[in-house]
Amino acid sequence: MKIEQIINKCKELSFDLDFSYAKNWKQEKPNRILVGFMPVYFPRELVHAANGLAIGILGSGDRKQIIKGDAFYQSYICHIPRGIIELALDGNLDGIDGFIFPSICDVIRNLSGMFKVLKKGAFIKYLDYPQNFSDKTGGTFYINELKHVLSEITKINGAEVTDEMLWNSICLYNKNRELIEEIYDIKQQYPWRLSMEDLYHVLRAGMVMPVEEHNRILEEVLDSINANIGEPMDKIRVVVTGAFCEQPPIGLIKTIEMAGCYIIDDDFLSGSRWIQGNITTDDSNDPLEAISRAYLTRSRFSASVYSIGDKKGKSLVSLARRRRADGIIFAAPSFCDPALFDAPMLQKECDGSDLRYISFQYSENTGQYKVIKEQVGAFSDSIKLWEEPVINN
Amino acid sequence: MAAEVIKEKSMILQKEMIAKLFDDLSSAKDTGKKVVYTFVPGNLSELIHAFDMLPVYPEINALQSGMRKQSGSYIRDAEKFGFSEDVCTYVKCDIGMMLNGNIGPTGKKLPDPDLLLLSYTGCFTFMKWFENLEQLYPGVPVAMIHTPYQEGGKITPEMTEYMVKQLREDVIPKMEKVSGKKYDETKLKHILEDAAKTEDLIVKIFDTTKNSPSPIDAYFAGVYYIGPINIGFRGTPESVEYYTELYREILERVRLGLGPVTPEGEVTERYRLVVEGPPNWTSFREFWKLFYDHGAVIVASSYTKVGGLYDDGFRHDSTRPLESLSEYCMNCYTNLNLPQRISHLKKCVTDYRADGLLVNSIKSCNSFSAGQLLMMRAIEEDMEIPVGFIESDLVDPRYFSYSNIKNRLDSYFQMLEQRKIITKEIKQNIPAQTGI
Repeated sequence: MKIEQIINKCKELSFDLDFSYAKNWKQEKPNRILVGFMPVYFPRELVHAANGLAIGILGSGDRKQIIKGDAFYQSYICHIPRGIIELALDGNLDGIDGFIFPSICDVIRNLSGMFKVLKKGAFIKYLDYPQNFSDKTGGTFYINELKHVLSEITKINGAEVTDEMLWNSICLYNKNRELIEEIYDIKQQYPWRLSMEDLYHVLRAGMVMPVEEHNRILEEVLDSINANIGEPMDKIRVVVTGAFCEQPPIGLIKTIEMAGCYIIDDDFLSGSRWIQGNITTDDSNDPLEAISRAYLTRSRFSASVYSIGDKKGKSLVSLARRRRADGIIFAAPSFCDPALFDAPMLQKECDGSDLRYISFQYSENTGQYKVIKEQVGAFSDSIKLWEEPVINN
Repeated sequence: MAAEVIKEKSMILQKEMIAKLFDDLSSAKDTGKKVVYTFVPGNLSELIHAFDMLPVYPEINALQSGMRKQSGSYIRDAEKFGFSEDVCTYVKCDIGMMLNGNIGPTGKKLPDPDLLLLSYTGCFTFMKWFENLEQLYPGVPVAMIHTPYQEGGKITPEMTEYMVKQLREDVIPKMEKVSGKKYDETKLKHILEDAAKTEDLIVKIFDTTKNSPSPIDAYFAGVYYIGPINIGFRGTPESVEYYTELYREILERVRLGLGPVTPEGEVTERYRLVVEGPPNWTSFREFWKLFYDHGAVIVASSYTKVGGLYDDGFRHDSTRPLESLSEYCMNCYTNLNLPQRISHLKKCVTDYRADGLLVNSIKSCNSFSAGQLLMMRAIEEDMEIPVGFIESDLVDPRYFSYSNIKNRLDSYFQMLEQRKIITKEIKQNIPAQTGI
């Protein structure tokens, strides 16, 4: 398949709010199940090993008019849960067997309770990620949580999950993360070869299809951008941060790139890139223990993970330096306590590191980009015209 | 001329307790007492006392600033510092107060923390709050205890074990280091015995609203009653004395058939309500007046359970000190899942014979607010009671719209009145119909 066809297929799948591709996959063979997970991270390996497909439910974006959802949420609550409730009430999520709500914030936590009250799915699990990162304390707790998830899945389809099956799934997701990182590495060097819009669609499609198939797609994308394609443009290189949960509309991503920026790293679909490096038997011979240790020691920095000692700020600056970024764009969803409370701390670190930044807020259904375009354009121009490249290596 | 306010003995006792706490805090650096900043929900007061440390509650500072009309400028200062207009105003008020010299409610500067004790119960924003404080107080150690959410509607042994391990491996060693004292479990057990006595008393106090008229308002006066139990006195003899006296005074009101006391005297009970959600602090008196002007008395509220839910029998247990501290944290109201919260509110409506449920939805508090509209609908459909909905904020005066709230409450009270008339008519018709 040509790269254009692949990207078009990903565009179609990544915003199919009926999740038809995944539902068709389920119908193809008996005892397959679908498990929906909300942002940010969920170890999809568990579902894969249990003959299932974990699908990302990332809100309805700007693709669905919200009517019922607004009756469930006050105006001062972010947009993503109202989109998800709308999907649930309109039947878009029918056929999904269970739902996972990772611990990100109070809104997603309470959304798990709303799904319970509305009786959606055969199981609803708020997955309480440990905020204590000691192996014996947080790790033991987390492994219990993972076992709970597995037992809920196998109760439905009767699957017997062996260690070998879990390791097989872990390897496939290791490969998935490796390929994604390779793409980002090439994009860092040659950002004109793949737009952020296209990369976003490719990654988002990976949340609704089997990992084996997604890995093939990523390999093809990688092949394509390994070739010398496209022409560089006079744009600055930016890292976008703050968009880890409620996703920015595609129009916003395009706006940033059209206004004079190459997005060379981001936290848009950070669940796909959560674990840094591979999960291996160096972590543990026990697969659940290995997943847990990888989470405890190699999670990417995020507003949803407890961190003191300014580690997050340092991680952001370090990412910007590694990617040779000219600046940072803080783009957070409106009313997102975690991202918005992180911003002053992260910005202080940027100030101390002489790293330029701008910030704005959005919601998943933002439709007006003029102001953002002007702000980003001015940011880009100011760096191009007046700044020597801040980070050279 | 306003009538002279006659203070009950319990009010004097509370005032003395709180004044002494703030005096101790203002002289802490001289006396060598160590200061712990911590939160009300899931507070580990007994442990703090066991190490002879003094607690400071940033939420309490914020609400006090709100009541003293200072929160507006503190919030604006925090926004100038970089915090979004969208985020929790308790945090911004606290940080704004700190940026302005950290002057406490008594007009004296509050001491800087020696330890930030982050008991992360029922509110994710607490975590973000202390991540920020840690940057603003560089070098101050943070003891963090992650409280698992009751997602499955119960506390499992694994959850308790996780919390006890955190207490043993992280919280207690840090408290030992900061205070310079060894952990003394015998001392903690004694404190927990008094905590349990206090908890018995607070349950009895809030149960007096089963009387008609209710002798107290369980929300507007309730927030004063929960003061000592929530701000560090729970396991102290002073607390037992205070709640014993308060209970005695309330029983006397029951004996005399008196209704609740308001800033404008006793209210004649017309409607009995259950309220979900915290109150507004910036216009607390005006807010309260909107209720008592209509004879509305709050007979139960979820907010008074935010620092501990004791109705279902939970008591701190000196025979299982760390386990019961953990279970206490996990059992605070906002750490319950939505079905549990619905069931708790329904029980309140039934047990306290309420005429309706009112939700005060707080802009700043997603922990409370997200899901309230569905909770309200579920209760309305199941119990067929009138429900009402108003919106305000904790300490941001920009989000208290007097006329909006008044209009909504007026309509709600009309609905309750109509309901009373219809119910009365139905009752009157029943014998006649039976006669046919």
